Amino acid sequence: MAQRTTEVIVGLFMIAGIAAIMFLALQVSGLTPKTPESSYTLYANFNDAGGLTPRAKVSMAGVTVGKIREITLNRETYQARVTIDVNASVDNIPADSSAVIRTSGLLGEQYIDISVGGDLESLGDGDTFYSTQSAMNLERLISNFASGQSQ
Amino acid sequence: MDRLAAFGRLGLSVIASLGRSGRFLAGALGGVPRPSVGFPLLLKQLYSVGVLSLAIIVVSGLFIGMVLGLQGYTILSDYGSEAAIGQMIALTLVRELGPVVTALLFAGRAGSALTAEIGLMKTTEQLSSMEMMGVDPLRRVIAPRLWAGFISVPVLAAVFSVVGIWGGMLVGVEWLGVFEGSFWGNMQSSVSFTSDVLNGVVKSLVFGFVCTWIAVYQGYDCVPTSAGISAATTKTVVYSSLAVLGLDFVLTAVMFGDF
Repeated sequence: MAQRTTEVIVGLFMIAGIAAIMFLALQVSGLTPKTPESSYTLYANFNDAGGLTPRAKVSMAGVTVGKIREITLNRETYQARVTIDVNASVDNIPADSSAVIRTSGLLGEQYIDISVGGDLESLGDGDTFYSTQSAMNLERLISNFASGQSQ
Repeated sequence: MDRLAAFGRLGLSVIASLGRSGRFLAGALGGVPRPSVGFPLLLKQLYSVGVLSLAIIVVSGLFIGMVLGLQGYTILSDYGSEAAIGQMIALTLVRELGPVVTALLFAGRAGSALTAEIGLMKTTEQLSSMEMMGVDPLRRVIAPRLWAGFISVPVLAAVFSVVGIWGGMLVGVEWLGVFEGSFWGNMQSSVSFTSDVLNGVVKSLVFGFVCTWIAVYQGYDCVPTSAGISAATTKTVVYSSLAVLGLDFVLTAVMFGDF
């Protein structure tokens, strides 16, 4: 086979490999070159953080607006203190909004959903959510139901 | 006593063979060849080792992806979570099946051919006549084949994974009716580029290195008879497969084990 043809075919082979890796990166792992967006910090205290993990998403009305930076234990109140990074573009979260831990799907991962309040003032950097709702614990729910307790 | 001595001789010959293969590798990869000479040789080997293996890789990748889609669907639909099929197919292929099956197929398709070719060169004394002419056969014959194998296997593994995911999508989305958005969405939220895709690439790099090394060394070290070539070819396939499967366990434990 002519040298030229071999060169072209091997070149195509290498391009196929690079294209495959690009596909794995962009389409399969969803890696998109994203510039780190500037964000501000909010806090939320939960009685039970459940299966919440750092880097889990924080959403409003189903749209991702931030992510969880860290989860620590508040040593005085024995609550879980969750530090949330909210995108700087979302700067008008009403001050009486509440943070709710939800599960995506039946067996999916947990995330924080911000249910919007009606206050005219909005939360600023370093503020804490006034009302929160902890993770729904299916086992506790079932055992409460079985033993006839309402809460 | 005789048996003990034979056992010792066997052990020594295994160790000596390992040593020879190490020296062989150093000799082949040690010198940097002139690009004008080395590049066309490498190109020719890339064609015969890599491009010609593409067909078997694509066909097996397609069918393995389709089987994963079918099996995943039947299992996951019991739990009503057949949308997780994309995540299952992608993780299985990218982490495990892509690198491992590619390496096994590569050992069977290209490794055995490399061994037989080099073994025949040795048997017909082409290698020693090269030495007589002052051409180092390690640089001229062995090095391009080694490099071609190192480069081809990661490329083939990536192609395998992509074709497999496409095959899984064909079965899951087109035929069985899983929603396409959740197929890709679940996949993208669960596959991480660094810890899944790049680890898969590292695996295939290691497998490519080991498979080609074994293949080329077995050919170079074979007993120069027709029976010797056939034994060397068998050894290539057996040793490569065992090395790939064993190394896969070790690499998986290092990469994905949480301990």
